[in-house]
Amino acid sequence: MNWEAIWLSLRLAGLVSGLLLLIGIPIAYWVAFSRWRWKFLVEAVVALPLVLPPTVLGFYILVAIGPTSPLGKLYESVVGDQLAFTFKGLVVASVLYSMPFAVQPFAAAFASVDRTLLDASAVLGASRLRTFFRVVLPLSVSGVVTGVVLSFAHTIGEFGVVLMVGGNLPGITRTVSIAIYDDVQALDYAIANHTAAALLVFSFVVLSVVYSLNRRIWVVWPSRA
Amino acid sequence: MALPRIDPGPAGIAVRVRKAYAANQRPAFVLDAEFSAAPGVTILCGPSGAGKTTLLHCIAGLARPDEGAICVGGRSFFDSAAAADLSPAARNVGYVFQTLALFPHMSVAENVAYGIQHLDAEVRRARVRAILESFRIAHLAASRPSEISGGERQRVALARALVTDPCVLLLDEPLSALDPARKAQIIDDLRAWNAAHGIPILYVTHDRNEVYGLGEGLIVLEEGKVVAQGTPQDVLDAPRHETVAQLAGFENIFDVEVLAAHPRLGTMTCRVADSAIEIEAPLSRLVPGQRARAGIRAGDILLATAMPHGLSARNVFAGAIRELRHNGGTVVVTVDCDGVPFRSTLTSSARDELHLAEGKPVWLVMKTHSWRMLLGD
Repeated sequence: MNWEAIWLSLRLAGLVSGLLLLIGIPIAYWVAFSRWRWKFLVEAVVALPLVLPPTVLGFYILVAIGPTSPLGKLYESVVGDQLAFTFKGLVVASVLYSMPFAVQPFAAAFASVDRTLLDASAVLGASRLRTFFRVVLPLSVSGVVTGVVLSFAHTIGEFGVVLMVGGNLPGITRTVSIAIYDDVQALDYAIANHTAAALLVFSFVVLSVVYSLNRRIWVVWPSRA
Repeated sequence: MALPRIDPGPAGIAVRVRKAYAANQRPAFVLDAEFSAAPGVTILCGPSGAGKTTLLHCIAGLARPDEGAICVGGRSFFDSAAAADLSPAARNVGYVFQTLALFPHMSVAENVAYGIQHLDAEVRRARVRAILESFRIAHLAASRPSEISGGERQRVALARALVTDPCVLLLDEPLSALDPARKAQIIDDLRAWNAAHGIPILYVTHDRNEVYGLGEGLIVLEEGKVVAQGTPQDVLDAPRHETVAQLAGFENIFDVEVLAAHPRLGTMTCRVADSAIEIEAPLSRLVPGQRARAGIRAGDILLATAMPHGLSARNVFAGAIRELRHNGGTVVVTVDCDGVPFRSTLTSSARDELHLAEGKPVWLVMKTHSWRMLLGD
């Protein structure tokens, strides 16, 4: 089995799901509670990775963070390194790619909290921030766990975006799915089978955990009722 | 209609709000209410959809009026003229929601402590314990809301709202699901609490039985407007509006046309629409030819099995019994007089003595001053 690639994938997925917990919660809060009339545009952008071919997404991310783009130049002038074909670049791409898998369960959970409880909290003197941490978040635990687990699992399994943005550098950007692809290309079916089977079992366990926590994770967006 | 002004006093509440909902919302709804209330219990009643909850939301800051002013205990909550609008958190209002809105993931004690987090932990614990004891739920402190009964949940919601020492308490039909005995107990505990604190309490209900005896004041809301305000006795004894009349038990309400006014006698003659029935009613500012509504309580109609003679009552009509319906210990008789269905209540012994049965011809007797002319909008 390719332990180097497995360890890389686990590090990447752990970092990405952790970052999505931090970034995804404010975005999901806004999606769940904003009354902005153009909100659906933001919802559509966040959901894009669900429908776009990974190559399309990967291509644009590569262009955006490449050394000739304004973003890539800015990053290089600040950090002194480039983003494309590095582990950090892979993290950025994976955060964007896995975002709907975190934000949608978060937002669905936040929106399903009884609004009267939020009113009660406000009347009892609580700020919005306090209401969020004392009422909304505790009542959304299963949705938050679902989002973190799904974005972790989705990052472990991604292929196209990694190939486009990270390339295939052992120990740096060569994740499990890339390693399997390589092994198959090299006709090394035994090793490919070991890694693939491990990934299959892992995915099954993760989804079992998610479904046991929450039966309605595939609700796409929270209803606005 | 001019309403009697009530001086709310320094601790009272004065409200004047106008809030229109988007025209695409059906039915279009405008809340346009003005009232004031002194410390003590004021009943706010009206049919569902009258704007009662919206009014409470405006007071609590959960809804923003288009214009108006809300002042409680000398503090201005909202004033469109001064562009002042306190956040719900800054108003210090006690609100018991219709669904109670207890936090399901917190214990009873945590729920009650939620509004006094800013206090010292020691003080907080003492306050929570004291209020739980005064509402007789101290033994439930560690329970979750899902583990206690409906009546206990009402007490928790009350305790949670009152532990913050609010300047006004808003109750949105909180006791409608309880049986009368337990309801009365909670009301007594609430009154005991307010004897020491003296804040205005607005109690929303659409239950007719809660209107009597519960409050010192009564405000009737209909389609977003205050149609009556005063003490329950004043409002209910002389209803001038149909909603109030129904509330006060005027089971008979008819369309009438004024035929003639007799200022010298203090009476008017009106004909009930689509019939030849002419009634004598007290004089009002209506003029002949005008249409209006007139009401009379079922208990104020006498029933006779023979043509009455030598009576002072001015209204005697012949008819036939259409229906007899038992309602607890009383009997509701519907009598058809020239197509007009009058309802009269009597005891079951009276029914037996008079041998009343469907189809039997009877005479109805009503005093002039039992009739009330009701004003439309």
